[in-house]
Amino acid sequence: MTITLFDFLALSGVLFAIGMAGVFLNRKNLILLLMCIELMLLAANSNFIAFSRYLNDPAGQVFVFFILTVAAAEAAIGLAILVVLFRNRHSINVEELDSMKG
Amino acid sequence: MTFTLPAFTPAIPEMFVLGMGCFILLVDVFLSDRHRVVTHWLSLATIAATAWLTVTVAENAGLLTFSDMFINDSMGNVFKLFTYLTVALTFLYARDYFNDRNLFKGEFYVLGLFGMLGMMVMISAHNFITIYLGLELLSLSLYAMVALDRDSPAASEAAMKYFVLGAIASGILLYGMSLLYGATGTLDITRLGVHIAEAPDINIGVMFALGFIIVGLCFKLGAVPFHMWLPDVYEGANTPVTLYVGSAPKIAAFALFMRLLVEGLGGLRAEWRTMLIVLSILSMAIGSIVAIVQTNLKRLLAYSTISHVGYILMGILVGTTAGYQAAMFYVITYVIMAAAAFGIIILLARKGFESDRLEDFKGLNDRSPWFAAMMLIVMFGMAGVPPFVGFFGKLYVLRAVIDAGMIWLAVVGVIFAIISAFYYLKVVKLMYFDRAPEGMKPVEASLDMRWVLSGNSLAILLLGVLPGPLMALCARVITF
Amino acid sequence: MNPAMPTIFLIIVLAPLAAAVIAGIFMRFIPRHFSHWVTILGVAVSFVLSVYVLWQMLYNSMGNFNVTVYNWGVVGNVQFQVGFLVDRLTALMITVVSFVSLMVHIYTIGYMADDPGYKRFFSYIALFTFAMLMLVMANNFLQLFFGWEAVGLVSYLLIGFWYTRPTAIYAGLKAFLVNRVGDFGFLLGIALVLTYSGSVNYAAVFAYAPQLAGQHMQLFPGLAWSVPTVICILLFVGAMGKSAQVPLHVWLPDSMEGPTPISALIHAATMVTAGIFMVARMSPLFELSDTALSVVMIVGAITAFFMGLVGIVQNDIKRVIAYSTLSQLGYMAVALGASAYAAGIFHLMTHAFFKALLFLAAGSVIIAMHHEQDMRRMGGLRKYMPITYITFLIGSLALIAFPGFAGFFSKDTIIAAVHDSQRAGASFAYWCVLLGVFVTALYTFRMFFMTFHGKERFVVEPGGKHDHGHEDHASEEHLAPGHLAHPPKESPWVVTVPLILLAIPSLFIGWLTIQPVLYGGFFGSSIYVAPNHHVMQRLTDEFHGAANMVRESVTSPALYLALAGVLVAWFFYLYAPQLPALLAQKLNAFYQLLIHKFYFDEIYAFFIAGGTRGLGNALWKGGDGVVIDGVLVNGSARAVGWLSGVLRRGQSGYLYHYAFAMIVGLCLLLGWLLLR
Repeated sequence: MTITLFDFLALSGVLFAIGMAGVFLNRKNLILLLMCIELMLLAANSNFIAFSRYLNDPAGQVFVFFILTVAAAEAAIGLAILVVLFRNRHSINVEELDSMKG
Repeated sequence: MTFTLPAFTPAIPEMFVLGMGCFILLVDVFLSDRHRVVTHWLSLATIAATAWLTVTVAENAGLLTFSDMFINDSMGNVFKLFTYLTVALTFLYARDYFNDRNLFKGEFYVLGLFGMLGMMVMISAHNFITIYLGLELLSLSLYAMVALDRDSPAASEAAMKYFVLGAIASGILLYGMSLLYGATGTLDITRLGVHIAEAPDINIGVMFALGFIIVGLCFKLGAVPFHMWLPDVYEGANTPVTLYVGSAPKIAAFALFMRLLVEGLGGLRAEWRTMLIVLSILSMAIGSIVAIVQTNLKRLLAYSTISHVGYILMGILVGTTAGYQAAMFYVITYVIMAAAAFGIIILLARKGFESDRLEDFKGLNDRSPWFAAMMLIVMFGMAGVPPFVGFFGKLYVLRAVIDAGMIWLAVVGVIFAIISAFYYLKVVKLMYFDRAPEGMKPVEASLDMRWVLSGNSLAILLLGVLPGPLMALCARVITF
Repeated sequence: MNPAMPTIFLIIVLAPLAAAVIAGIFMRFIPRHFSHWVTILGVAVSFVLSVYVLWQMLYNSMGNFNVTVYNWGVVGNVQFQVGFLVDRLTALMITVVSFVSLMVHIYTIGYMADDPGYKRFFSYIALFTFAMLMLVMANNFLQLFFGWEAVGLVSYLLIGFWYTRPTAIYAGLKAFLVNRVGDFGFLLGIALVLTYSGSVNYAAVFAYAPQLAGQHMQLFPGLAWSVPTVICILLFVGAMGKSAQVPLHVWLPDSMEGPTPISALIHAATMVTAGIFMVARMSPLFELSDTALSVVMIVGAITAFFMGLVGIVQNDIKRVIAYSTLSQLGYMAVALGASAYAAGIFHLMTHAFFKALLFLAAGSVIIAMHHEQDMRRMGGLRKYMPITYITFLIGSLALIAFPGFAGFFSKDTIIAAVHDSQRAGASFAYWCVLLGVFVTALYTFRMFFMTFHGKERFVVEPGGKHDHGHEDHASEEHLAPGHLAHPPKESPWVVTVPLILLAIPSLFIGWLTIQPVLYGGFFGSSIYVAPNHHVMQRLTDEFHGAANMVRESVTSPALYLALAGVLVAWFFYLYAPQLPALLAQKLNAFYQLLIHKFYFDEIYAFFIAGGTRGLGNALWKGGDGVVIDGVLVNGSARAVGWLSGVLRRGQSGYLYHYAFAMIVGLCLLLGWLLLR
């Protein structure tokens, strides 16, 4: 059995869907949200790599390096905001983040 | 394999901002709080110098460099110049506000400059990679800026919401880009456009990609239903940060629309037009209607932004040159009006008093007739009352829509414009016909802020009386 | 072509305007006498230059002028210009207008001497002169309409000049509203002209007129109307309003609430003849439609006869003259309808002189009677005011068309023209105008005898109370005699000089000008008459000089009818003054019909005014109050407010709801793209 492009796409699609579902199904922990976001970025990454291999074009793989770097920075900022939030509210519960609405 | 150095000249403004950003970051470390104002003026000087550099290296015909990843063209340069202007206004308005709250730190300026660099890269991006990098540079700066006031629960909550939703949006955009890459085999905008135009039939991957990319772009602009972050971020962040979030990035987002959707995916105009029609109507509807019950002026302006975004989308979705020009005129004038509106909120705010509730504007005419008149100009401008510039923005957009034969859409636009006029006029009513509560102090502000803010507001009137030059500029740089 | 002429035309028009502006705007800063000098000077300049223009036309064979002095606006292919068309018709009109206006200006010095609105009055009448000159000198429909509305405006201002009197306000309002009806038709007519010919310029329209002849339009599906007929009838509706033809005549008698000089200038000599002038000016259009001319003729005939009848029962001296004016305007309209435009304009001219004279003389009487206008409180004034008496007699004789006087030539020509006309309705019109002669003589001499002859029906009580009361005019019997503080005396020279100056043309103008004006081809190209309509041509063949015409009148029924009218008036009001009341009792139904002016006012008040008010009330309370304010305005505001409250709950504050909204949006977009 050979692994086709479609299999990669399906995998990344599933990863992306899990990430999206995680964002709105998870109502407790903000860190889980950050992980779901990483999952979505990784889905895009695996897409790029699969296409890059399939198209025999290295540009996609180069893009992936950039995405990984940016994702790291993003995670850093996200965690920093998380720390600030915890300091102010003593909680990282998603359900309690509703002081502004309407 | 030989490696040739790319031409750096077209990107000199970007490199200069990067260098100055790092330099100011370093300088700021060695400054005591008393001398923090050096950072302020250094940042403004950087922006002025960048503007000068941008004009100097401007390439009207459009020049590609860095392996076609970066473009220096007249449309981008005009967008950049207005971006500089808005960021400079933000810095000017912000000084006293942060000074009063012990927040007068270098971070705001450095983040502001890096955010501006992100916008510049977005505007000049000609490849998915540069688009993504510019977008993330801007977004990460914005997340940090929103959380600038570390002791404010509202600010950190807003930052968290903005961060999560923004990251999801970038994820969606990125996923769309990856699908597009797979379908067309290129990351370059021009080649993408050629490929789309030449493709005999559009496969499902491209259609999927289009949907993802529109979601990503509309999130940045704040179109319904991707607008949810906007009111909370506007309300939660410090007002100067709100001003930053609410003004210049709209120009960059519009530039992204032009590059990605019009230049790259212009061949799919028929497909994205219908989607944008729905998003545009939803934005105008939600923006106009929900704003009515708001009591917080920043939140109200957030919804007002959403409804203005509906108009900008309306200009884009027409898909004609006149429509893009009208949308560009609208974006630029909207940003000027938004800057003035938040500027007045900043002006009225003092330590311990944010002046962002509607009732804080009661009887402003008694306290400061001049700035009441300025706010009147801003509100009339946003409502689209002639002779203020907002009227012409709406007029040009509606005319483009009607010329394209979509009269019903123009009618819908006018109806929501009428509804939105209600809350703008409500602010005017509060300022002029209500009594100020007891104990309200007269307005005090530094001289430079007074002058710049007055000039900013009067520009709304001036551009309304003489809309020709700006429209001619838009017509000159948009040639799609 | 004299190059100075356009400047002269401009001065003719603008001199009264400048005077009006000076007297009006600087009213507070100028002394009283300055206001009359400046306006008289302005109008005098117009008059002298008008005479010069007429002189040039008559004796130096100057041609027609059609000059554009200013380009006011361009809409598409249509140009709106200010320009002058000066031909002999115009020259005659401007001379008459400026002459009568000048006389009235001078007369006003005496008549309005004690009025607080003295300066305002002069400003108004000078402004009126400007507007009227603009109207007659226009070379396009737009300017005509401007003048048309401007004279209407000044007329409204002057009818309501004594704005503290409720009756004056009512009369002004009535004149304004009734004229709106006419103007509506007029404007529609102009619009049709513009639609079909593509121009508002007379020359262009008249050049296009022959092409108009065969065209038809469908006002209602399946019913084709001749375009010229529709245009001409609509234009004539305008003329009916302005020239007070039945059924739009009701405003003119009420307009007598204004000061008497105004009645003479605006509501007798000039403005009310604008409709007649307009129809004559539009003769190239009217000649295209026999139907429209028949309408003009029949309306004129009805006005001429029936309004004269009403004049017989009026007791207010000015109202009698007002009904007489209506009747005479009817004669002019009949002449127009018979295609005898020249005769109509000729009667317009003679009528302008003798009717202005009659009004001003009546005004002189009113001054002497201390603003008492009821003839039942007059009588025997002959010995107190001889000049007024003589001039009034001249005016009356001219009015009843006594041979030799001005009115005779014009009116007899009209009767003869109608007699010769073959148009539908001509025989009806003929009987109307013929019997109208008797009626005219009856009411004129009834007024004359009641005012100047018979026993005095007023008491002179030095120091007694002034009775300005306007009692119920409807009751003929038992009216308390008037009280005067001083015996009536002749009016000052500023009043009598205009009377004498107007009496001279009333005597001689017909005799002197009938030959050149009517039969000498005076109007030339300014009036167009289709070859098959040429009744004037036949009359020309029968005409053998003014003296002959007087001699031949002995054989015409008109003279005997007029004499009979005078005789009846003498019998009823001098010989046996108790008879009218008796007759009124015997013929009560007919008398009531006349005293109520054929119930026009009552019908209008009940059906049109009442109906409009009812409709307005219904629309206001039901349409505006409930539907628009309640449902559309407040209702939509409430609905939006409610919707706003509902939609804001969507912004729940929960991060996962926000993300969910985005994802739902994404899924909907993708789903739409796939299922499309």
